Amino acid sequence: MSTLLPTSVVRSILERLAGPHGLDRYLELVDPLLVRGEDRAVVTDVRRETADTTTLTLRPNRWAGHAAGQYVRVSVEIDGRRHARCYSVSSSQHRDDGRLTITVKADPQGLVSPYLARHARPGLVVGLSEADGDFVLPAVRPDRLLLISGGSGITPVGSILRTLADEDADTDVTLLHYAPTADDVAFRDELRELHTRRDNVRVVIVLTRDPAGSDLALTGHLTARHVDAVLDDPTDVPTYVCGPVGLVDGATRLWSDAGLADLLHIERFQPAAPAEVDGDATGTITLTASRRRVANDGRPLLAQIEAAGLSPQAGCRMGICHTCIKPKLVGRVRDVRDGRVSSCDPEDIQICINAPVGDVTLEI
Amino acid sequence: MTSTNALTATAARVKPARPRPHDHLTLEQIDEIGRRFDAIRQRVLDDLGEVDAGYIRGIVKVQRLLEVGGRGALFLGFLPPMWLAGVGALSLSKILDNMEIGHNVMHGQYDWMNDPSLHSSQFEWDTAAPSANWKHGHNFVHHTWTNVIGKDRDIGYGVLRMTDAQRWTPKDLGNPVYAFLLAAFFQWGVALHDLEVERLRSGQTEWEDVEDMARLIRHKAKQQALKDYVAFPLLALPIAPLVLAGNATANLVRNLWAFTIIFCGHFPDGTQLFTQEEIEGESRGSWYVRQMLGSANICGGKLLHILSGNLSHQIEHHLFPDLPARRYADIAPEVQAICDEFGLPYTTGSLGQQFGQVVRRICKLALPWTTDESRTPVPG
Repeated sequence: MSTLLPTSVVRSILERLAGPHGLDRYLELVDPLLVRGEDRAVVTDVRRETADTTTLTLRPNRWAGHAAGQYVRVSVEIDGRRHARCYSVSSSQHRDDGRLTITVKADPQGLVSPYLARHARPGLVVGLSEADGDFVLPAVRPDRLLLISGGSGITPVGSILRTLADEDADTDVTLLHYAPTADDVAFRDELRELHTRRDNVRVVIVLTRDPAGSDLALTGHLTARHVDAVLDDPTDVPTYVCGPVGLVDGATRLWSDAGLADLLHIERFQPAAPAEVDGDATGTITLTASRRRVANDGRPLLAQIEAAGLSPQAGCRMGICHTCIKPKLVGRVRDVRDGRVSSCDPEDIQICINAPVGDVTLEI
Repeated sequence: MTSTNALTATAARVKPARPRPHDHLTLEQIDEIGRRFDAIRQRVLDDLGEVDAGYIRGIVKVQRLLEVGGRGALFLGFLPPMWLAGVGALSLSKILDNMEIGHNVMHGQYDWMNDPSLHSSQFEWDTAAPSANWKHGHNFVHHTWTNVIGKDRDIGYGVLRMTDAQRWTPKDLGNPVYAFLLAAFFQWGVALHDLEVERLRSGQTEWEDVEDMARLIRHKAKQQALKDYVAFPLLALPIAPLVLAGNATANLVRNLWAFTIIFCGHFPDGTQLFTQEEIEGESRGSWYVRQMLGSANICGGKLLHILSGNLSHQIEHHLFPDLPARRYADIAPEVQAICDEFGLPYTTGSLGQQFGQVVRRICKLALPWTTDESRTPVPG
């Protein structure tokens, strides 16, 4: 048929015939990955890296690729509900077999990461977003590069290392990685191999709970001494730091104190922990479409609205995916990520990361 | 057409009150009823998970396969068995789509799944009525003002005389005919329902007020009509009339079935109507009581429950409109036990019985001199 008519015309005819649900709802009966309106991927391989870290190989239905260091939003159905979380892509950006990997560390307090790390099997279909984030190398690779990571922060850093290896880049790379014990280091063998085989890659692993096993006899967490031990002169060296809040904050302080804040690129990994209830919270949340009123307890709007028994659409719950955007008609809200307070003007807001400041009216 | 004005005015002129089934309840009892039903609701909400998600996905899969299979069979509709099979499958597909899937999804029963294709804000159903209009008229108006004369427009759909609280006019002699026409063209009745034509006629609303809704209806109705009556027949060009007839028949079957189930929901003998005065200051408990007394169930097997979109459990649905409908059968014994405990009627019967009573009521109310025993409301 496409020789008689352009594909786009055939598609629009099929969409009309498949109305009102749309063609995707029929295509997915055959194969969930056939849909055009949603980015999805199927798990093709599951590999345990450490006791609590697993690498999932994903084959997407359509995906534009990523720049090393970026993350994707993965959504998965657990006990009937879809949940979304962001994970850094751990594979090289030059991987050409149509697949990508994410490396998930199970957070004991979490819901999605333990599920993916422990229960994902080949054949599991997940939602996948395009890659996002600015934790990326410049297009022209620098002469020297310092990577600092802790725990699961190794994932974007791993993608950067693999990418540079694929490019056979001349960049002198130093990786300073922190983990509790040797068994907690994901990609341990691959890192050692890079260190040994390539002259311009240097891997230094500091074991915070096993000083005897640390490289260069470094102990404890990141200090200026650690930086000096791995790099003679950090000026002019672009530095990428990714990991727990303590590591990132520590690096930020060190680089600021040295007047080198411009060289630092950071990515914070924090679990989707529930926000604290604000003891001073006042006011009422008014929901016009549902005709409900909820007393404000200071938590982000999404949490309070769900506690009131409603189910507005939500996604990553951390302000990235914009699924939960709803119109704010009246009032101010505070972004719980950085404390910034909005204007009083009517505007669309992400309800997952905004908490009411006084009375707020939303069209929900 | 019976205007809502006539309904409200008449309510004040009706005959002296007959005892109502809930007259004996004390305020404490009503509060207790509220607590009991709230507890049931919370228990079900806490239990929602994989089984519920799996169920609705399974129903959706069956519906889509019936649709593809039915339309495919109609392409071979020059063979009578294939035409019949095609119409049968397509009818079932539309019934499942509109009732067990559409009606329930649009109530938000599956919003907790966070799946856009099953979220009330996005779902569009295979019928002429736009979901946006319907959600307002149904989820909000009908479920808030259930069986309240002058407010619940599902009492007669602005077309039929369903209670003697509606003053008789000579036009009502045609009640059974209007009912049959409404049933046969029910998808159009539902589509136009939210325009509130009787209020446009009486001047209570202006055309500007309903223009947006009318535009949505034109758009959706056009899509549906083009799909069923132009596009698919054209695809099967040599036998286009057979495909058109098949699609029209499937729509007719769905219309008749939906009308039957929906009218069995609130009009068999024993269901109560209410005045606006009665429900002033309604507590949570008395809201539950009105939902219960205004609704009627149909007893039957699992197939009836699925094909009726679980509106065979109209009582449970009105008590808990946003709980997944498959749960109604589980909680029905508990609901009935609460009714028994507090001396309230739990109206149920077979499909034949319930619909027979509805038909009888429609015919009786065509005539000016009958009274409806059990639903004369308290004068205001």
